[in-house]
Amino acid sequence: MIETNSLTKIFKIKKGADIPAVVDLTLTVREGEVFGFLGPNGAGKTTTIRMLTSLIGPTSGTARVCGYELGLNDQDIRRSVGLLTESPGMYDRLSAAKNLAIYANLYDVEDVEGQLKKYLQMLGLWSRRDDPVGSFSKGMRQKLAICRALLHEPRLLFLDEPTSGLDPEAAKLVRSFIEDLRSQGRTIFMCTHNLNEADRLCDRIGIFRTNLIEVDTPQNLRLKLFGRKVVFHLRSVDPSWIPLVSSLEGVSDVSLIDNKLVIALENPANQNPHIIRTLVAQGADVQFVGELRRSLEEIYLQTMGENQDEVAKS
Amino acid sequence: MKHILIIIKKEWAEVFQNRMVLFTMIFVPLIFVALPLATLYFTGQSMGGDVAGDLADVPAGFLSECGTDMTASDCMQVYLINMYLLLFMMLPVIIPVTIAAYSVVGEKTTRSLEPLLATPITTFELLAGKSLAAAIPAIMAGWLSFGIFLLGLPMLGVSQVVFRYIIGPTWLLAVMVAGPLMAIAAVNFALFVSSRVNDPRVAEQISVLLIIPIMAALFAQLAGIIVIDLFVMLSYIAAMVLVDIGMIYLGVTIFERETILTRWK
Repeated sequence: MIETNSLTKIFKIKKGADIPAVVDLTLTVREGEVFGFLGPNGAGKTTTIRMLTSLIGPTSGTARVCGYELGLNDQDIRRSVGLLTESPGMYDRLSAAKNLAIYANLYDVEDVEGQLKKYLQMLGLWSRRDDPVGSFSKGMRQKLAICRALLHEPRLLFLDEPTSGLDPEAAKLVRSFIEDLRSQGRTIFMCTHNLNEADRLCDRIGIFRTNLIEVDTPQNLRLKLFGRKVVFHLRSVDPSWIPLVSSLEGVSDVSLIDNKLVIALENPANQNPHIIRTLVAQGADVQFVGELRRSLEEIYLQTMGENQDEVAKS
Repeated sequence: MKHILIIIKKEWAEVFQNRMVLFTMIFVPLIFVALPLATLYFTGQSMGGDVAGDLADVPAGFLSECGTDMTASDCMQVYLINMYLLLFMMLPVIIPVTIAAYSVVGEKTTRSLEPLLATPITTFELLAGKSLAAAIPAIMAGWLSFGIFLLGLPMLGVSQVVFRYIIGPTWLLAVMVAGPLMAIAAVNFALFVSSRVNDPRVAEQISVLLIIPIMAALFAQLAGIIVIDLFVMLSYIAAMVLVDIGMIYLGVTIFERETILTRWK
């Protein structure tokens, strides 16, 4: 659905050095995938979205979006994608319905009334359709902006910070709506700072800071960065068990935290029973066993930290 | 064409919700109608005095405009009323400038420009929609004001000779052709400024500079440097056509989506 090849954007500043916002971005986003684009503020995420939605042109590199060539078929790209901008950007004096009708007509939607009703009802704004948007809360505006992005039934949806600044209830509604869109098979390219949200919603994530640092599924990134670790909760621990467990096949590392043994394993499903038998034979009381699940935040921070070190070295 | 109409409707729906803009659009034309009518009324009242003495103040070049069928009193009235011709030309410039100046930069400040530019609308459609949305009400207001002014003339007892002069080619060309041409130039200039600055106030202030040439023409006529006759008006219209073409071309070519979106930062 999206294919970029060395996509680069350098902003020219009149007085001073050029600012590289996106450098050599080569990326593929598959149809029906929810792709999370993560990075710090100023990393170039919004610039990437703007390039991929034909709002701004790249300095170099190529991209195909929905099968259309960037720079050659910009009108077709704009017609095929939906964009939720970082800020909802509505016409405050106009009603919700009028706001949406303007966009529906610009996108040449055939059944404007039907589409308005469909999405306003879906996002719980139907009863407020005739109210001026100026009277809406931030969450309502965001929901309205989501309606706007979907009116023309785009195959590909770009969401820039979809839950930014929303209260937990509104954020939950938006997240569940994104899940609905995923289940409909839509392709979603999403920028977010909410890493739990990305973990929950995204099939794959790209960690980005001007350059693309890592791309994979959250699970693969966990394995790649931290390996698989299993936590054995014991009633008490005898330090002599640590070298014993370390010597077992497939165990790469053992550490002790309070009464917990944290064991790095290649294949927990096969090795856990053997470790439990060994510990029980030594007189251990095994209370719980569970996988140590690293949060996406830890993955993100680890990746960013490593990247910072590499940049500093180079 | 469909996209242009959508933008026009959108702009009007937004603008006409703003009471200040509506007030400007109604109040300013009323003032511009009242001023010449009041002038005619009061000069008509005082014409019993030393008309010949008053005529001595009229620039010599203008007396040829009066023609042989006018009395000294008529000629004085025509001279005075001719000053207001420029007001009727100024009207389509003043009204749309505020709307057009706010048009692009206003959307930038409310952050509604990015989603708008993300739609399949072309730059020409966007600018044409915005400029027509600002120019049409101003042109209509100019014509309507002139219509009210014409209706008011007989009520003030203006002589047929003066009335015929006002509905003559110079005035009609000024109001019906030059005014709209100036409105188009003004709107496109304001849109151009609006797309280059980040603050609506700056856009308005720069755009209002457009009335300086009209004010200059007004004072030049007062000082007797120029007389706005048919030849001057036709020359002016020809020049304005060129200015309009240039402004529209400049507006479309200089409107860079990228610069407008990213210079914001």
